[in-house]
Amino acid sequence: MKRVVITGAGTINALGHDVPQTLEAMREGRCGIGPLEFRDVDRLAIKIGGQVRDFETEGRFNRQQMTLYDRFTQFTLCAAEEAIAQSGLEFHGDLAARSGVVLGTAGGGVSTWDDNYRSVYEDGKNRVHPFVVPKLMNNAAASHVSMQYNLKGPTFTVSTACASSNHAMAQAFAMVRSGMAPAMITGGSESMLCFGGVKAWEGLRVMSKDACRPFSLGRNGMVQGEGAGVFVFEEYERARARGAEILCEVIGFAMSSDAADIVMPSKQGAARAMAGALADAGVNRDSVGYINAHGTGTAANDKTECAAVADVFGPHADRLMISSTKSMHGHLIGGTGAVELLACIMALRDGVIAPTIGYEEPDPECALDVVPNEAREADVSVCLSNAFAFGGLNAVLALRRI
Amino acid sequence: MSIQDRVIAIIAEQAVLEPSDVTMDSTLEDLGIDSLGLVESIFAIEEEFDISIPFNANDPSSGDFDISNVAAIVGGIQSLMAEKA
Repeated sequence: MKRVVITGAGTINALGHDVPQTLEAMREGRCGIGPLEFRDVDRLAIKIGGQVRDFETEGRFNRQQMTLYDRFTQFTLCAAEEAIAQSGLEFHGDLAARSGVVLGTAGGGVSTWDDNYRSVYEDGKNRVHPFVVPKLMNNAAASHVSMQYNLKGPTFTVSTACASSNHAMAQAFAMVRSGMAPAMITGGSESMLCFGGVKAWEGLRVMSKDACRPFSLGRNGMVQGEGAGVFVFEEYERARARGAEILCEVIGFAMSSDAADIVMPSKQGAARAMAGALADAGVNRDSVGYINAHGTGTAANDKTECAAVADVFGPHADRLMISSTKSMHGHLIGGTGAVELLACIMALRDGVIAPTIGYEEPDPECALDVVPNEAREADVSVCLSNAFAFGGLNAVLALRRI
Repeated sequence: MSIQDRVIAIIAEQAVLEPSDVTMDSTLEDLGIDSLGLVESIFAIEEEFDISIPFNANDPSSGDFDISNVAAIVGGIQSLMAEKA
């Protein structure tokens, strides 16, 4: 078994267009959620979200690329560029042949579906652009990353709703750990902030109209975000030999299925995933200093997640910190675990714990240290990143300082 | 603009060339238009003239629509426009 480290990170999300901006916002507890701006937003009941602002495609992508890149692909390519540049890797020969891309997304090209349905249903047009299918397909982003960087190994997209990125990164980790691939580009992206995307979520009646306040008494639901997080996972000895900057080590993961309900979370399923990740990593539960929570801000998730943490960690649950950065960047659905992994890197590398902002009052059913409202300095050597999806599909990653 | 000029303008835009660089005997290959570019050009021409072009990307040489060079494409569009009128 090989050791696996992260040698590059990239992102674009409501908090910033790159990793330094995003981490700065997390340190300052800044909120990236605001009024949504797109066509027909006045017909929505939910009018807030963590939208990526001031994103200029002009000069970044040419006309031909724009006909092929949905917004979720554009976000992915921005984040991938930052991550791969930081890693310093160039893919040629055997490295290119064996390295690949595993990315998560729940919806893929949602705005491409939306725009073209509007065109044929509302505007009555009978012809659509020939690239609608290659633009909207869920694997478009992974394929464009592979084409742009000459990655010829295993490349695919994982789609498990809100756990997509964590499942993708777990898969990439397993490939590098087993020796199957020397390096993998992994993470995920999502861009559902368009009329149809938000309208669909509205139907579930789990969305907040004012703010995402995870773990806080009186919280009233989730807020959607958008963006991407992309990482370079690399075999440790290889990274060390070439003198790469190592951000942290990935030490284990576990996946579980609740096999119970299509939307309601299960304490047992979540607990099995966390306990499984600790066992896979071979670390004692008492060594975990921080958990990046799934923490959606819904009544159901937050109390179930806290109960699962209490079950897995016993008395240590009262000593560890757990926070939800969704309060700042919103819920990126299939891309969320990837952006949230940045909070884990910040905890391990910089010793700064991102806060849960918007926190108003303790909820007795979420009686853990949720790092309310202000970031905190702390010495953390091991952390977990949780993702629990609709469909009862859970994926938890374990990371360690290096 | 004549049908010919409008078709040439679309093909030139696809090829990222000036219309003056597109001659009637140019083939799409000469102009650097690949199979995806061809499908996109057909779409743009259909939109421009509000016609339906009998073109199957599985086998571009089959069917009645000749794409062997710019003159053939322009001729095909002219006949489709005549049928439409």
